[in-house]
Amino acid sequence: MTHDLVIIGAGPAGMSAALTAASIGMKTVLLDEQPRAGGQIYRNVTAVDPKVATLLGPDYTHGRTLADRLQLSGVEVHYGAMVWDVARDLTVSVQHDGKSFQLRAPQLIAATGAMERASPMPGWTLPGVLNAGAAQIALKSAGAVPSGPVLLVGGGPLLLLVACQLLEAGATVAGIVETSPDSNRGAAMNHVMGAISTPTYLAKGLRMIWRLRKAGVPWFTQATQLRIDGRERVEGVSFITNGQQRHIDCSVVLLHHGVVPNTQISRLMRVAHTWDRNQLAWRPNVDEWGETSLAGFRIAGDGASITGAIAAEASGEIAAIGAAHALQRINSSERGQRATRARTALAKQLRIRPFLEALYRPPQWINVPADETIVCRCEEVTAGRVREMARLGCQGPNQTKFFSRCGMGPCQGRMCGLAVTQVLANELGKLPDQVGAYHIRTPLKPIPLASLASMSSKTTCGT
Amino acid sequence: MFRPIESTTASRAVTVQLQGKAITAREGDTLAIALMNAGVFAFRQTPVSGQPRAPLCLMGTCFDCLIEVDGQQNVQACMVEVREGMQLRLQVGARRAEAKT
Repeated sequence: MTHDLVIIGAGPAGMSAALTAASIGMKTVLLDEQPRAGGQIYRNVTAVDPKVATLLGPDYTHGRTLADRLQLSGVEVHYGAMVWDVARDLTVSVQHDGKSFQLRAPQLIAATGAMERASPMPGWTLPGVLNAGAAQIALKSAGAVPSGPVLLVGGGPLLLLVACQLLEAGATVAGIVETSPDSNRGAAMNHVMGAISTPTYLAKGLRMIWRLRKAGVPWFTQATQLRIDGRERVEGVSFITNGQQRHIDCSVVLLHHGVVPNTQISRLMRVAHTWDRNQLAWRPNVDEWGETSLAGFRIAGDGASITGAIAAEASGEIAAIGAAHALQRINSSERGQRATRARTALAKQLRIRPFLEALYRPPQWINVPADETIVCRCEEVTAGRVREMARLGCQGPNQTKFFSRCGMGPCQGRMCGLAVTQVLANELGKLPDQVGAYHIRTPLKPIPLASLASMSSKTTCGT
Repeated sequence: MFRPIESTTASRAVTVQLQGKAITAREGDTLAIALMNAGVFAFRQTPVSGQPRAPLCLMGTCFDCLIEVDGQQNVQACMVEVREGMQLRLQVGARRAEAKT
């Protein structure tokens, strides 16, 4: 054992878990692939240009408080550290600066967050098509905005937030094309009390809508039959709205259909997962202390379930308290006491989620794309080809992978996994839980052989 | 494809070489941002059909920004910050093993 606790990911959940663990006196190490703390939500918050920080506002700069506390805490942190394997005995293999090393602790917290749901549609592989979150990352990490007219396509709070931030930063917003079907509104009304009981979020949402309306941004709703046009790069987007065919010229398209847990590590670890019918994504099963079906392995933050940055901070704290209890650093009553504040904060954050999930539930044609749409970007496999595999007898994503290479490219199924599961479930008349997900294998990201070879024999022999 | 907004603080310029052409970026920019700011649209052409691709996620999950950096192939351009003198090559089609002499 090298430490008491290894934490992967220095976003809100990871930073908060590290701070909590350190305060209980656990020997902790925090790993992150990025060069600085923050994760994606607080990306670059310690080095951001002041003008950009002002533009992004207090929800973003809040991350600075966490990052500053982390720096003062004396917790061992490795940035630029890419985790490429986690064994079932919790041994973590990491690449840093082209060389690999291993760490091992009796407790492990994966705080690897979320990624944007893929938005497969015709033309989505063209240069100039990015996720809406990518535009925000460009703004946070480099103060960069799209240089030509930008069209935002999809649905969700982040889509509107990015539109507002781009306007503020001086980008030309050509329009917003919302894909949320009309039926979402009715479904959301069933959860409206949760939204009303969280007035700050509701007010933020209404303020964003007001700002975009005031700026005169063209706004289209319930769009269907979307197609991104262009030969070598994006030239525009065509769609149908209110029974009318529309075409909008633009040079950058930003797609967004919500965020989903990044389950690469939890799948690699073969822990139990459940299909979340509201979030339309997999989530690893965790108990109230963040522990998965594998003892000692915990997941905190959006990697467990999409609940947002403030909730992630609370769940990181709770997971670290759970780890301390498992190592007998605190007793059961102390565990309960220490977690009280975080649990109250978490419960408050969870109240608005059912409303948002219903209001911005992605349309069926994004989850189960038309035959000609590419779902696997790496191997260029269409939804039609996946359906064909199902008709030939494939019962799940791993079989379609063997036969069609779908999910076998460098992204290792990160982009197509959810769509392939849903297309197969639909075609086979089964539930996603019955169809399953890709087996994820080491290395989590491609590494050069030299990196593997550099690992000292002492650690590779398992001593 | 992208452009930097006017910043309040001066950042140091870093020059990288893209197939012999100098590209000026700012210290702290990732390679992906540097190339997008320099007007590079196609980062690579796919191994399967030769279609042009550029970054989708900018956070290390989509693997569409793969590029050759100082002789190493398939580097995620969004995960590496610019360093003075970096030699970059765009990847066309499938990767191949090259005999080292």
